[in-house]
Amino acid sequence: MLCENCGERQAAIHLTQIVNNSVTQLHLCEQCAAEKGVETSASVAKFPLGDFLASLGKTAGGGGAEQGDTPGVACAFCGGTLQDFRETGRLGCAMCYTTFETHLRDLLRRLHGSSRHAGEQYTAAAPAPAAAPAADRGSREVGELREQLRQAVEAENFELAAELRDKLKVLE
Amino acid sequence: MIDLRLIPDGGLSWLDASGPMSNIVLSTRVRLARNLAGFPFAVRGGEEDRRRILDQVDRVWQRSPLSKGGMRFLVDDLEPADRLLLHERHLISKELASAGGNGGGKSHAAVYLAGPLGLMVNEEDHLRLQVFHSGFALGAAYADLERLDKELGAALPVAFHQEFGYLTACPTNAGTGLRASVLIHLPGLVLTKEIAKVLQGLSQVGLTFRGLYGEGSEVVGNFFQLSNQTTLGKSEEELLDHLGKIVRQVVTYEEQARQVLLRDAPTIIEDKVWRAYALLRYARSLSFEEAMNLLSGVRLGVGLNLIPQLSVYTLNKLLIYTQPAHLAALDVRAPKDQEQRAARAAYVRTVLEDEAARAG
Repeated sequence: MLCENCGERQAAIHLTQIVNNSVTQLHLCEQCAAEKGVETSASVAKFPLGDFLASLGKTAGGGGAEQGDTPGVACAFCGGTLQDFRETGRLGCAMCYTTFETHLRDLLRRLHGSSRHAGEQYTAAAPAPAAAPAADRGSREVGELREQLRQAVEAENFELAAELRDKLKVLE
Repeated sequence: MIDLRLIPDGGLSWLDASGPMSNIVLSTRVRLARNLAGFPFAVRGGEEDRRRILDQVDRVWQRSPLSKGGMRFLVDDLEPADRLLLHERHLISKELASAGGNGGGKSHAAVYLAGPLGLMVNEEDHLRLQVFHSGFALGAAYADLERLDKELGAALPVAFHQEFGYLTACPTNAGTGLRASVLIHLPGLVLTKEIAKVLQGLSQVGLTFRGLYGEGSEVVGNFFQLSNQTTLGKSEEELLDHLGKIVRQVVTYEEQARQVLLRDAPTIIEDKVWRAYALLRYARSLSFEEAMNLLSGVRLGVGLNLIPQLSVYTLNKLLIYTQPAHLAALDVRAPKDQEQRAARAAYVRTVLEDEAARAG
């Protein structure tokens, strides 16, 4: 069976979803499934946090193309390393999520079946303290723009929506 | 020793059995994990970080209308026995109950309580917001919690990532930071030996179960805490909705199992629940585990209308007050194991005698 998304590769992940009592089936190849952030429940169950932590660093040694992918790299804000995370199972600070982004995206997908937050969006507190990491301020701005974009689309103000979308593109 | 009478409702209003399905579902708890931007998480934070975090939260809490009539406990100032007492009331975590502060110094850990709302500061995450409701009330509980979250979020900068959502010390909590759990009593499923199947099914639908005291605790007295396993990739409403649907299903299975027991083995069940009642009413020494198991039997009897004139509230109260720290609080001298068993049996006898006398 071919992947329903790309229609090129063999489907390896067969996802059955029950949404509002209707059953839908999705057949995807591994690449497309990963892009969509889909993990099978079997793989979620197979990779609990402990196993993942134990394997961390062992597999990442080779290339180390990106910063933070090599086990020795320390977070610029708190000084935590992947090794620390492996030992304690706890991250050192919010910046660690950016420093070790590739690893964490992978881990979050395995733990939760997805790495994309779909819940409440945080709208910033009025005065951000000077100590807040710069990346955080950027992401907050993106969040605000997204919210404005959503409101603009809802209000069918497409001119404003297009403008906001362009701004978002630049930021992202 | 702290005076727990000072806590509004003793922090126990959730046990009053006024909520929906409160015979089978004792309580609903929802918590949100949040961290303040600009501070390292707990494992890498120092005493000064913890002090400043508590300071910031304190200022916001004092101003909040939600804190009206509430109170604050500084964990550093509490005796170990008092910490345990708050833990037995599910108001602080096991970690806070045994907190010494990471990296030496003061822990600056605190718990704020106001009505059904609670806020732990400097736990595994900087903030743990929680709410307790009686019975099965996920929607109402989350609505309360959301107000607190909005209020804190409006005044404090929170660590948030566009893709990953709310950032937490442990990645298992990232995203929504939401863990909702219901404390549910399933003796019917245990007696009909269907429980293993149900619990196995839970993990396949992304839920998990724990014992009475949450993570790492054993199941006693057929009490289970069912909660969502994942926190990321779904909205708060979806997570609550999913848990709610499954809990409703489990309650239905439990009710069916009870009907099967009544139909196929009425004498055995009736004998079992009355024996449990008799032991609780007259025993002179009870271990915690034995008391929990007997309370489970009596609770089943009350649910099946086999034992009339005994309220679910009384059963809930016994569940809390027969725990070690609560018994120790009743009796100022810290009882040894033997004495504690005797004190537990004496306490249970008094409560049941009073209830029987009231019922006439």
